[in-house]
Amino acid sequence: MSKVSMVLNGKPVAADVEDRTLLVSFIREVRGLTGTHVGCDTSQCGACVVHVDGKAVKSCTMLAAQADGAEVVTLEGLASGGALHPVQAAFKENHGLQCGFCTPGMIMSAVDMINRHGAGNLDETTIRHELEGNICRCTGYHNIVKAIKAASDQMAGMAQAAE
Amino acid sequence: MYETSYHRAGSLAEAAQLISNADDGKFLGGGQTLLPTMKQRLAAPSDIVDLTKIPELKGIREDGGSIVIGAATTHYEVASSALLKEKIPGLAALAGGIGDPAVRHMGTLGGSIANNDPAADYPSALVALNATVATSKRSLSAEDFFVGMFETALDDDEVVVSVSFPIAQKSAYSKYPNPASRYAMAGVFVARLGDGSVRVAVTGAGQNGVFRATAMEDALSGNWSPDAVAGIEVGADDMLHDIHGSADYRSNLVTVMAKRAVAATG
Repeated sequence: MSKVSMVLNGKPVAADVEDRTLLVSFIREVRGLTGTHVGCDTSQCGACVVHVDGKAVKSCTMLAAQADGAEVVTLEGLASGGALHPVQAAFKENHGLQCGFCTPGMIMSAVDMINRHGAGNLDETTIRHELEGNICRCTGYHNIVKAIKAASDQMAGMAQAAE
Repeated sequence: MYETSYHRAGSLAEAAQLISNADDGKFLGGGQTLLPTMKQRLAAPSDIVDLTKIPELKGIREDGGSIVIGAATTHYEVASSALLKEKIPGLAALAGGIGDPAVRHMGTLGGSIANNDPAADYPSALVALNATVATSKRSLSAEDFFVGMFETALDDDEVVVSVSFPIAQKSAYSKYPNPASRYAMAGVFVARLGDGSVRVAVTGAGQNGVFRATAMEDALSGNWSPDAVAGIEVGADDMLHDIHGSADYRSNLVTVMAKRAVAATG
């Protein structure tokens, strides 16, 4: 057992957990945040993607102890107040989901790719390539890609308006 | 996953101490292979020693005619390095094609080469660029470092500190990923080194891990063009054969990937 502390969605949290506890188990079972999903056992599906120190990672392929001292953001941490994050809103607007199981990982990966490429700098080919680590078993990629493109362009507009 | 004890090493000395205290300890590079393997209960180390927070293992710097990359540098950091994109673009491109974005944020150069998966991308770059691996004990040429499938020259308590890549005149990598796993079924790294010599290294296809395609090297030395390697087959004798592809198929892939890699150098 080790004491693991982190800032989770802006809030300092700590718990004594077994060393083998995966970050996703810490998030879901210890902290009760079930927005982060587990869709596979092989680190391939990406439903568990969260941000650790600002970077998208698969929380099923990281020990909670590795995230000790880190800042972790999950899907629940994206919206501010009652307002959806632009990527969440775009998924809703573009119907970027069918069953919705992969959606948490898709949205966290989308936010990460917009951060890395810069809002407004994503084309369809890049988005599809960037989604290599996120699997949608409904095969509903088309609207997911549309949603990410719309969010990226909208966020670029917001950044411009703010200047 | 079976029970294990996690330790975070703050220095190389501490890492050595922690691993020698363990019954059956394993070093953790980025964990993108080790943790899935542990989840499947195919590995059950008593202790895990995390190397990723050791300061000497971090960073990318130019040193003389080489680029030195710390072992705990992530694939994302290599892929996005402006220095590497300028000096050894083939290496940056290779790192940008490993796994997926989330994996690249965690996986590290040292972790990849210490594991020496026969389908990993990095071994081909180290061998083709004639890189030198600096460990906590010694320096090794890439060809001496990689011994065989999942096997390296590393002792159990030896840690990869950094890899030094001589700056090449030309470098490129091309792989054919398995459509499901995305691991290379054949990956070829071609390089024209600073002294003009040519090296070609193949990963993913050989039974014993990475190997040099010397006939292709000879052909490219006189004529750096895709056509020069188009007629050269590495042969099926030492190729992997499994449900994903026969030895003949992989042999053919090597030729095709070599052509594409040369073409990518422009």
